[in-house]
Amino acid sequence: MELTGAEIIIQSLKAEGVEHVFGYPGGAVLHIYDAFYKQDDVQHILVRHEQGATHAADGYARATGKPGVVLVTSGPGATNAVTGIATAYMDSIPMVVITGQVPKHLIGNDAFQEVDSVGITRPVVKHNFLIGDVKDIATVFKKAFYVATTGRPGPVVIDIPKDITAAKYEFHYPSEIKMRSYHPTVKGHIGQIKRATELILSAERPMIYTGGGVILSNASEQLTSFAQKLGYPITNTLMGLGAYPANDKQFLGMLGMHGTYEANMGMHHCDVLIAIGARFDDRVTGNLEKFCPDAKIVHIDVDPASISKNVRVDIPIVGEVSQVLDDFLKVLDSGKKEPNVSALEKWWAQIEEWRSQDCLKYDRASELVKPQYVIEQLHEITKGDAFVTSDVGQHQMWAAQYYGFNKPRRWINSGGLGTMGFGLPAAIGVQLAYPDETVVCITGEASIQMCIQELSTCKQYGLPVKIICLNNGYMGMVRQWQEFFYEKRYAMSYFDALPDFVALTESYGHKGIQIANPADVRGALEEALGRKDELVFMDFLTDRTENVYPMIPAGAGLNEMILV
Amino acid sequence: MRHIISILLENESGALSRVAGLFSARAYNIESLSVAPTDDPSLSRMTIVTTGTDEIIEQISKQLNKLVDVVKLIDMTADVHIERELMLIKVSATDGERDEVKRLVDIFNGRVIDVTDTTYTIEITGNGEKLNAFMEALSSITIVEVVRSGLIGIGRGEKSSLS
Ligand SMILES: Cc1ncc(C[n+]2csc(CCOP(=O)(O)OP(=O)(O)O)c2C)c(N)n1
Repeated sequence: MELTGAEIIIQSLKAEGVEHVFGYPGGAVLHIYDAFYKQDDVQHILVRHEQGATHAADGYARATGKPGVVLVTSGPGATNAVTGIATAYMDSIPMVVITGQVPKHLIGNDAFQEVDSVGITRPVVKHNFLIGDVKDIATVFKKAFYVATTGRPGPVVIDIPKDITAAKYEFHYPSEIKMRSYHPTVKGHIGQIKRATELILSAERPMIYTGGGVILSNASEQLTSFAQKLGYPITNTLMGLGAYPANDKQFLGMLGMHGTYEANMGMHHCDVLIAIGARFDDRVTGNLEKFCPDAKIVHIDVDPASISKNVRVDIPIVGEVSQVLDDFLKVLDSGKKEPNVSALEKWWAQIEEWRSQDCLKYDRASELVKPQYVIEQLHEITKGDAFVTSDVGQHQMWAAQYYGFNKPRRWINSGGLGTMGFGLPAAIGVQLAYPDETVVCITGEASIQMCIQELSTCKQYGLPVKIICLNNGYMGMVRQWQEFFYEKRYAMSYFDALPDFVALTESYGHKGIQIANPADVRGALEEALGRKDELVFMDFLTDRTENVYPMIPAGAGLNEMILV
Repeated sequence: MRHIISILLENESGALSRVAGLFSARAYNIESLSVAPTDDPSLSRMTIVTTGTDEIIEQISKQLNKLVDVVKLIDMTADVHIERELMLIKVSATDGERDEVKRLVDIFNGRVIDVTDTTYTIEITGNGEKLNAFMEALSSITIVEVVRSGLIGIGRGEKSSLS
């Protein structure tokens, strides 16, 4: 039977097992919306802004590992989606974004709501397609999902002219796809793995540094066995938190600009660095000239272009992290060589000395609500197992430092692009994927206002997200940099123009509470988290001048931290 | 160092802009670029001349290989190869100049391909150095217009870069 292009799109999504599509309608996609109306296999979630749709799909993908799907109209629909596409791209999140396009015969004519979506998105997608014929829809969808989810994952955009969604063709979804120009590497070179094992076992001051790649590859279990078999210290990047249980003693916390003293000092002084699914980002390495001066480096990554991009490595291993770690575990098990126990003992003694600095200490006796305290309490109540999304700023760093993630895919934040506005829509995607789980959005009063309209989406779909707003009345991270590096010239602020968040939330039909006293923090969190069926906005009026410590100033080495 | 990177690319709309966009987005140099279809109509051949340190060239190759439209990439510089550019050059050729120009064209194995009362248009191929040398040899002659192609190259020996 012949189907319309729009129907083929829905059938293709169904064939891919897509449950939710996050979208917003407009002229160019109305045939597709009509096709949605006539079925209930795939649920369409109506957001309030296309940026929200992309972040929601992204949050869904990060929490589940399945690709997030977005549908937006041409022109402004597509441009509004760009920030979310770039956010997913920077963190290698699998996503398929369908953008409507003006009818084929109008392309290039500056038609109403025409933009060159393929051109605009090209630098921030893994790949994109402009469909030119109804016959190609099914194949392009197959390719798009394949490319988005394999190798180093990433967003793929499919641009579809309106006339093609009305044209008709037989629907056959390809069961398999081969692309002569796309071969995501899978297995690591066993010879390299053996060489690396030699080096790793010869280490006297080893360090394991892992990133988002471990989470994307679902390799937490293998990583945990690997680290525990060796007994080596381990640190995670901002994107990698949760890959290794934070409550384990081998875990040194996050590294990098706001990493712990012990993690950064451990990096600086190690003699063998084992980098896994991490990309030596500038926020992690600090000054490259001073980075890991004594270390031989092993780097495992699925993307060859990540290897030796910023830092020259000694033993590169290109491959899917989970499989490479499986191979490492086999090689370790079959070999006779053991880690150097006496050297390790000395190394751990040194690390414990760094750890005893207690670099995350803060004034617990303060009469003001300390943001760190709020997060610690949240951790205690949820036992480190909640899904936590965040926005960007100080609150994000405090969440990363103090929440203590024990499981992968629970910490959902925009690490690469640093997109304010990410947290709330991302929480929508997570809550839809896991309706019965606790989903918390940790945000700031600046960030939350960037996608606050999504409170309305939460109302419509009954999503009981818990919003923790660490309201310091400042774009706190900006204020911190101005305090440190611009002699306290606080250009620009908005303190007198902030909304009443409680009233605002309630106007959307949710529950809002304000907390200004440290003694009320625990009770408020318990009450809010206890309201299983309701969205609660907790407006915590926090210490306005609190800063994120430790901090490595730009250009400094990892051993040159500013401590509290 | 200068490198000649030759790539086979899916002959799809937008493939060229992916490559060009990659170079500008990552601030890599392009000295010249030439693209044309191959004997297989579904593939284009693109030859890029670029410069950079070994690290940068390694990144360029890796990043190009990551593009979904890139089927195959070779850095020609690594092997013995032949490179050619084509130059079309229009020069003034009046009275006494005509013999002088013709002689130079013969020496450089070029061809005069268009003639007017006052000009010659010359076609000449070779590597960049030869073309530059020809221009220098013409120093006493007025050059009206120069059009140069990007460089193309092919490996020496029996093997095809496709295999
Ligand atoms: C879309 C966007 N615009 C600007 C920035 C730059 N920026 C980084 S943090 C920050 C302030 C965030 O303030 P708030 O959300 O209140 O969080 P706080 O730092 O106070 O915890 C700004 C403006 C950004 N990351 N994203």
